[in-house]
Amino acid sequence: MFKFFEPNKIFQITSKAPRYVLILFVIILCIGLTEALILSPEDYKQSDAVRIMYVHVPAAWISLGIFSSITLLSISGFIFKNKNFFLISKSLAPSGFVFNIIALVTGAIWGKPTWGTWWAWDARITSMLILALFYAMYLISWRIFESEEKVFKITTFITILGIINVPIIKYSVDWWNTLHQPASINILSKSSIHSSMLFPLLIMTAAFALFSLLIFLMKYNTELIKIKNKGLDRL
Amino acid sequence: MYGRKVKLRFLFVVLVLITLILTAFLVLKSLEENVVYFQSPSEIKALSELDKKKIRVGGMVKKNSISVNSSEINFIITDFKNEINVIYKGSVPNLFEEEKGVVAEGFLKDRNFFSATKILAKHDENYMPPEVKEALGEK
Repeated sequence: MFKFFEPNKIFQITSKAPRYVLILFVIILCIGLTEALILSPEDYKQSDAVRIMYVHVPAAWISLGIFSSITLLSISGFIFKNKNFFLISKSLAPSGFVFNIIALVTGAIWGKPTWGTWWAWDARITSMLILALFYAMYLISWRIFESEEKVFKITTFITILGIINVPIIKYSVDWWNTLHQPASINILSKSSIHSSMLFPLLIMTAAFALFSLLIFLMKYNTELIKIKNKGLDRL
Repeated sequence: MYGRKVKLRFLFVVLVLITLILTAFLVLKSLEENVVYFQSPSEIKALSELDKKKIRVGGMVKKNSISVNSSEINFIITDFKNEINVIYKGSVPNLFEEEKGVVAEGFLKDRNFFSATKILAKHDENYMPPEVKEALGEK
């Protein structure tokens, strides 16, 4: 099983792909920023403060998406004893952590002019902070544990613990009274965000996803080089 | 197809997940009071005894209820079933308006009267340009 994940083939891709992803990222980011900062209208109520949302929401989505991915990969890696899955998780995590921090910081910057406070201990914000702590634990455990066996088990356990938090983040605004507003974008029902604002939001999400992909490819490439240097041609 | 060890590891992960989900559910259920950021006027009305602790009340600012005089601001928070009078000294956030969401932090005087020490505006999930808002208003 997983014959597809031959390091030599992957290495060919990861060593060439970043430059193309970088070009694509810069193009999409330019389009996204022009849309978000200049072309899109201001909000009827919060006026220009709405533009923070074009960074805040994609960052939060990506950080949740990456945490879910590293959990899935770690669990699969644990069950099938596949080292490659762990390396992919390890390479994905840093950009997820960075976007999590970006979501928290931009949320605070937005919260001050709209809510009237930088920080509130409401369910959405606190659970997002807990996610950042899980990311931090995950990243640190890669550094402090020497033996591979150990680090695989511990990171898997951290992701399993952390994944419980993900649905709590998603539904916190529906289950409890929170200061944070409920979701504006619903797949099943009509979204409560105007299409002129939804469009730049989606482009910015694509740009951030490409950035994560770029960082992932570079990190993963480094991991593969480390393996090559050890003189092993298989995982 | 898969080895026995693989199946056992799969079972292990599933068991850990189920246990954690149940634990998280129980913990959150029992801590519900602390997880909610604010209470609605109806919940305040239903309180069996009034606490001296600092609490938060949230809801809509009732239409035509804001009155400002030299030193303080009075308004009514409603959840369209029950209402509570709020008195507050200090500045309010920009988005504090009638018929918009608000969260007031402070102390209960009685079930109908709340003395706020901090006012937060609660933004709703609607995002639209001003022209669209006007068009909606005309309808």
